Amino acid sequence: MESTTANNESHGMHASHNLTGFIIFLCSESVIFIAFFSGFALLKLNALDWLPNGVEGLEWQTPLINTFVLVSSSGTIYLAERQMARQNIWGFRGWWLATMALGGYFLWGQAVEWSGLQFGFTSGTFGGTFYLLTGFHGLHVLTGVLLMLLMLVKSFIPNNYKGGEQGIQATSLFWHFVDVIWIILFLLIYVWQRS
Amino acid sequence: MTLASYDPRVLKSNAPVPGAPDNWKRFFSFNTDAKVIGIQYITVAIFFLLIGGLLAMIMRGELITPENDLVDRTVYNGLYTMHGTIMLFMFIFPVLNGLNNLLIPTMIGAPDMAFPKLNAVAFWLVPIFGVILISSFLLPGGPANSGWWSYPPVSTQNPLGNFVSGEGMWLTAVALSGVSSIMGAVNFVTTIIRMRAPGMTFFRMPIFIWTVWAAQTLQLIGLPALTGGAIMLLFDLVVGTSFFQPEGGGDPVLYQHFFWFYSHPAVYVIILPVFGIFSELFSCHSRKPVFGYKFVALASFAIVFLGLIVWVHHFFPSGVPEWMRNLFMVTTMLISVPTGVKVFAWLATIWGGKLRLNTPMLFSLGGLFNFVFAGVTGIMLATVPIDIHVNNTYFVVGHFHYVIYGAAVMGIYGAIYHWFPKFTGRMYYEGLGKLHFFLTFIGTNLNFFPMHPLGLMGMPRRVSSYDPEFTFWNVVASLGSFLLGVSIIPFLLNMISSWVRGPQAPQNPWNAIGLEWLLPSPPPAENFEENVPTVISGPYGYGTGKPLVENQAAYETQSPLEA
Repeated sequence: MESTTANNESHGMHASHNLTGFIIFLCSESVIFIAFFSGFALLKLNALDWLPNGVEGLEWQTPLINTFVLVSSSGTIYLAERQMARQNIWGFRGWWLATMALGGYFLWGQAVEWSGLQFGFTSGTFGGTFYLLTGFHGLHVLTGVLLMLLMLVKSFIPNNYKGGEQGIQATSLFWHFVDVIWIILFLLIYVWQRS
Repeated sequence: MTLASYDPRVLKSNAPVPGAPDNWKRFFSFNTDAKVIGIQYITVAIFFLLIGGLLAMIMRGELITPENDLVDRTVYNGLYTMHGTIMLFMFIFPVLNGLNNLLIPTMIGAPDMAFPKLNAVAFWLVPIFGVILISSFLLPGGPANSGWWSYPPVSTQNPLGNFVSGEGMWLTAVALSGVSSIMGAVNFVTTIIRMRAPGMTFFRMPIFIWTVWAAQTLQLIGLPALTGGAIMLLFDLVVGTSFFQPEGGGDPVLYQHFFWFYSHPAVYVIILPVFGIFSELFSCHSRKPVFGYKFVALASFAIVFLGLIVWVHHFFPSGVPEWMRNLFMVTTMLISVPTGVKVFAWLATIWGGKLRLNTPMLFSLGGLFNFVFAGVTGIMLATVPIDIHVNNTYFVVGHFHYVIYGAAVMGIYGAIYHWFPKFTGRMYYEGLGKLHFFLTFIGTNLNFFPMHPLGLMGMPRRVSSYDPEFTFWNVVASLGSFLLGVSIIPFLLNMISSWVRGPQAPQNPWNAIGLEWLLPSPPPAENFEENVPTVISGPYGYGTGKPLVENQAAYETQSPLEA
């Protein structure tokens, strides 16, 4: 399907559309989170008793470590992109792997937190929104890590990333998006505990 | 696999394929050509129009007498739920996406969509969720029956307690429809932003492209909110969370906010492209430029902005605070300003023009008439006291159907007739087209006008039996609905017979201006291929004699059949 003609720009397969399309998709995706966040805030503000019986609140120290991990992974993915821009493919792979490791650690930390909780998703709107928000965000982190794995595999195709690559930019953009969403989520769920 | 050797681009040649139904197998394959996908969308949508229309006629058959004597009440609940869902998610949205697929690339001079494969995936999701939705009729508990808006706590009751319930399948189908629409929207917006022909600045785009851009922007902003609400409702239904369950601390009105934050803009997603169709058709068939082009174009985005801040007017009586009612009443009324700009611009476009009263023009004029009527009842409904009085009565149903069937579907019919010669390479039969128009126009008004007096008299919607004082208008409405059912017959006859053996269409049967009319009929797979024209003037040069593109004569070749 690749067009081989000279004025490639006018043909549907031109790569730079991908990034435009991806940015449009991310804007749209953010609305789902806005919907969940505003739903959470409204349910919390109007709740008579927000916390289920026997639950004191959420422990915030471990999630704070997780926050640092995720924020620093935004830095490492930026460094990976810089290495790619300099055509340093091994430097790219190093920072890219580091980002994947940090993302993996975040997911593991989330799983550990979930397994130690005293409430489930049926424990009122508190439990429901907690698992909905963290779960939906976790799904995005998982997607991000899988996308990174895909891009890493692609980097072993000879000359695939010679002129930089849309896929890497898009993945990186997605990762920053997931990071920003987490910061809002952390503030809403863990910092804003007293209604 | 025999199809493996088949490449749609084999059709790519300087001499376009005469007549379209050759190689009909491509319409049943995972084809990535936007023009094939467009026809696939429209055909599937019309198939579902027939199913949704059949359900409506069963309901009108029930309502022809005051007693509940044709179908069981539970079945009736399923009928109106599925009628609304099928018509919106499986007829209107797909048929508009079909027009988008046909018209966006050809109107802006692009060879295809920005993401052809994504485009094909988005289309093939339609039959998949269509089958899911229709097959819910076979479930022991029947299909979803809580109305097309699926409000909790009614929608989360699941009396049979089965894991697979009609409501669950409804939510799955709606979620898949959302995924398909988002894929489509990303594709359409990217294509419009990035793939215009050289020289086609934003203010040289046809109005249809402006309105599609506006509508798809709404889709991108609004649809995720509905998806979010639907996910939460599905969890409430299936795994026992309590987001919308008051007994678990949840809030049912929150669902109404999620639902209408999308489903109000959804009406604009539907009507905005139809506004674009009106502008194109009035201009072409009056032989005059669109009046106030820039205002008409920008009014589309004013409607997007205002359309996002009116959703609460759908549930004024649901315990909405007083300040919110007043705020949303004002925003709702404000939306009639950009809409009015468009209506007056159409009137000024037609005014003093050399009108050609062919089928597409008749459908546009009829659609405009119905739209103005719906606009008047819309202002009435926006007013809080009237809204509370007629809430959940047939007045609302009548208003809505005037917008959707009276204006949107008639505009879509007009568009199908107008561009039929371009994309099939055949002319339709004018007589059958006009018959279709008159049956549709009379049927629409006969069916939906009586709903207004019924609503003012107080007849509630979604009932299968009613007080005998409502009989007269109900009989009229039922007769109208059967007439609408009949009106489909000349349409289908016309489309099928014209496509199979209609007279060959010339390149530009309407002497219309626009890049799509510089292509052969039907256009080759990659439209202009390497010879994309350079646009040098605005899109509506009727009566000015100005060429649209550089070296226009080279594109205005004789029709491919004479060549």
